[in-house]
Amino acid sequence: MDSRQFFGAARLVIVAGKGGVGKTTVTAALARAAADVGLHVLAVELEGKPALAEVLAGTDVEVTTITASEALADYLDDHGLKRVSKRLASSGIIDVVATAAPGIDDIVVLGKLKQLETLGTYDLIVVDGPAAGHAVTFLLSARGLLDTVRGGPIRKQAQDVLDMFNDPQRCQVLLVSLPETTPINELIETAYAVEEKVGVQLGPVIINGVDRGDPIVVSAAGSAPDELLAAAEFRNHRRAAQQAELARLSNDLALTQMVLPQLPVAGVTADDLGALAAALVEQLGLLAG
Amino acid sequence: MNAIATVVRDAEIIVTCGSGGVGKTTAAAAIALHAASTGKRVVVVTIDPARRLADAFGLAGGLGNEPTRVDLGDAPVNTTGELWAMMLDPTTTFDGLVRQYAESPERAERILANAFYRNIAGALSGTQEYMAAEKLFQLHRDDRFDLVVVDTPPSRNALDFLDAPATLTRFINHRLFRLMMLPARGGLKVLNIAAQPVLRTIGKVVGGDVLADAIAFFQAFEGMEAGFRDRADSVSALLHSSVTSYVLVASPRRDTVDEASYLAGRLIESKLPVAAVIINRLQPRFGASTAAEAAAHAEAQAITQPALAALWRNLAELGALADAEEAVVEPLVAATDPDAVRRVPLLRDDVHDLGGLHDIAGHLFGPDRVVR
Repeated sequence: MDSRQFFGAARLVIVAGKGGVGKTTVTAALARAAADVGLHVLAVELEGKPALAEVLAGTDVEVTTITASEALADYLDDHGLKRVSKRLASSGIIDVVATAAPGIDDIVVLGKLKQLETLGTYDLIVVDGPAAGHAVTFLLSARGLLDTVRGGPIRKQAQDVLDMFNDPQRCQVLLVSLPETTPINELIETAYAVEEKVGVQLGPVIINGVDRGDPIVVSAAGSAPDELLAAAEFRNHRRAAQQAELARLSNDLALTQMVLPQLPVAGVTADDLGALAAALVEQLGLLAG
Repeated sequence: MNAIATVVRDAEIIVTCGSGGVGKTTAAAAIALHAASTGKRVVVVTIDPARRLADAFGLAGGLGNEPTRVDLGDAPVNTTGELWAMMLDPTTTFDGLVRQYAESPERAERILANAFYRNIAGALSGTQEYMAAEKLFQLHRDDRFDLVVVDTPPSRNALDFLDAPATLTRFINHRLFRLMMLPARGGLKVLNIAAQPVLRTIGKVVGGDVLADAIAFFQAFEGMEAGFRDRADSVSALLHSSVTSYVLVASPRRDTVDEASYLAGRLIESKLPVAAVIINRLQPRFGASTAAEAAAHAEAQAITQPALAALWRNLAELGALADAEEAVVEPLVAATDPDAVRRVPLLRDDVHDLGGLHDIAGHLFGPDRVVR
């Protein structure tokens, strides 16, 4: 598989993971890598934070934001309810509607993504999925609504989204984690929940912030100062712990792993993104071999 | 005594806030463990469904919605205090409130069985935050405890927690709710949905059954709003009172530092002092050489002593990382009283038992012995 094939495997890719694992970074790196191999890419931000647009500024990737209240307003417009849609969205009624049928706020967003996917304007749409524990709920909203809503346009919408989820050529979910105990545990739980309950195809798991490198040889250094030995020992220990977590993940989850290197900066900028995108493309080349 | 130790001595409630993944739960547990070691009877409330905290506390049965006593027998603390832990179950907590405020057990059961209510209790955004605040209120009143430590839910905005009681009251008082109630107040038992354009619209979108459930809920709930509102006001007052202290947690990454700075601003706006700022998982420094000096050593010895050069290169890389982190946290540190900043280094191993929590507590409450 070369990277063009990989990025063309599904038109819609939803990046999901717990807060703090670097989901936005991974979304941006994927979008940038796909654009670098010549694809027409759209990156989607769901929470209205400007992070994605900032880090992708100056690249060929287009960036857009979809929020639940805007998506609901559009949805009502499209269904001949234009007259009241403005009133509904502006008066906060979306909260009440979303409580009457939980997931309705998610399904209108997913419906919007499905619309973009169906249009075929973009070769690849990468979505910075919802944060924290919300990812699974977000993906499950379609199935949940089919159970609670027994008729009407929302049910049709939920069915259309499920159809898209069930077609691996249209939609895949990429899970992101860090090489540490708790994030890896959560990744494994999420992967099982997504596969069993949503039925969507999982792409490779992406482990962010991995400190790659051979162990630093401590014994050969003879009379090196103590702090040098302590620093080397510390790093070797952390690297080994990360590798142990990756090994445990391979053991528990039969998905391809891709790793993004830890960068010597404490927040990714547009410049760093090129390096991460290159790391992704390089690993895709290795997958091919 | 540093600022956070003073907080533990004086506060009755400590709330840890910050972005997801920065170590709020671990910080809350370490604070609680330390407070217990000073002789207090402490309960720590977690919202994190991961088993991590239960495992760290050696509670094989996991954590439930009621406090469980943690056995400190093997812990490296000498204590007369007590440590209790629980995991918030928002739905059970909400059910308890409904039972408390319903005018009769029959009315309570009717509400609890209603599909719309189950959605509010299980899925309405803000419910988890509100129930965390409610639980905290109950535990604060509970004579068994001197101190309640709680970590906030990983919501999009960690301070939703403060607004949550008001948010629910607003929801219940929503215009739509009043529309639904009108016919009942007029003595009509059957609501004419078609007569209300807004309801008709919602019915078209979500389907008639769903709407009927919602209306049944609001009718059953009538008369309870006042009780709920008063309770929400008391909870809100407690969160804003001087017995409650707020501790911010950040990790040395731009986004979590930005979030912590934003939270600090919001707290100050609400006249709530930031009692302490914890910067978690900082790359430790080794020795006194700067990254540039270490890199120069590596360069100089690259040919003659490659093994030694590799060690210097490693020191240079770790030093550069520590420098980058320091630059990222600088704005937050600069805006905070220096005495209130606590730095916790990245430890060799992930925290998975009382020993690990004790280690963290040492960095929080002990003398400055790390990072710079």
